[in-house]
Amino acid sequence: MIRAVGPDSLLVIVPAFNEVGAIASVVRSVNANMPGVPVLVIDDCSLDDTIVAARGSGAEVLTLPHHLGLGGCVQAGYKLAYSLGFQYVIRVDGDGQHDARDIPRILDRLKTSGCEMIIGSRFVEQTGSQTTAARSLGIRFFRMVLRPILGKPVYDPTSGFVGVNRRALAVFSRSFPLEYPEIEALVVLQRRRFRFEEVPVRMLPRLTGRSTITARVSLYYIAHVLLGVFVNILKYDRRFHRANPESGG
Amino acid sequence: MDRLLNVTTVLSILLLIMVLFSVRRAHIRVEYSVSWLLTGLAMLILSRSRPVLEVITRWSGVPDTPLTLFLISGTLFLVMFFRFSVIISHLRDDNVALAQRVAILEYHIHSLEQHED
Repeated sequence: MIRAVGPDSLLVIVPAFNEVGAIASVVRSVNANMPGVPVLVIDDCSLDDTIVAARGSGAEVLTLPHHLGLGGCVQAGYKLAYSLGFQYVIRVDGDGQHDARDIPRILDRLKTSGCEMIIGSRFVEQTGSQTTAARSLGIRFFRMVLRPILGKPVYDPTSGFVGVNRRALAVFSRSFPLEYPEIEALVVLQRRRFRFEEVPVRMLPRLTGRSTITARVSLYYIAHVLLGVFVNILKYDRRFHRANPESGG
Repeated sequence: MDRLLNVTTVLSILLLIMVLFSVRRAHIRVEYSVSWLLTGLAMLILSRSRPVLEVITRWSGVPDTPLTLFLISGTLFLVMFFRFSVIISHLRDDNVALAQRVAILEYHIHSLEQHED
């Protein structure tokens, strides 16, 4: 069983759905770069042997009873991490795109910056990351939309390579978008006047599978995320403000 | 006009029968059948009360009596669909929270079993 040890306890979570081809390599890479740090794979009811591969490579596995989608899957990891008392959680995707060598940099910024969230960004510096033209256009569009809402520029709002501290963990354990969570999560944090920073990271070609945001669903993605962003702006979480009157927002 | 109202009457009765049978066979829970029964009943009453329909038509400025009946029916169904969307959204949220809790509890049980071994 994973345990939060010490005041700077870190958990690496890896949401995975049918990632049998990549998950073992991802877990081994995290273990090699962050020795002693527990890795939790959250299996979103995969149809292949993702669970076996993850356990075989030394990860702990949280198995969801049915498919929840990325947001529900990540939130399950956040909930477990929060209940176990972890101070920091870093999310790494299960397809092998995120380079585990960047985890120490994200953790370091989480500890020193005082920000609630650190985003591993492909675009803060030119790291040679390749993305499709449609996705690149989408990212530019959301940068433009988010700039006035967040009050500062965000270069890679769709990045899933993120680290959060315990304050953000408390919020995400209770409120986290179910579908396409990355952009909406930024607005959820902004509503609590939490801060985020971006650090440059490398993105690797995915080891297996394809992005869920294909050209066919990209319009739905944009409409869904835009609606989610504006709903989150309008939303007022009474329970949160009662429990944390000093939080503002 | 009378023919159309007769058709609506038959449709309303069919809807009521279908809902009552579904409730009897436990395909729909009683609390979710109420809005269907009320809508079916409202359609039945309106299709059998032509003077009431004509009063509503004059009052609302709708050019045609059958159109009034369909507008009212359409509105009732839209309200029902909205209500069911709200219910489904709540169920989805509860379902996600429940699935996450089951997963976390199973994880703890699995860990305890391993610890005992």
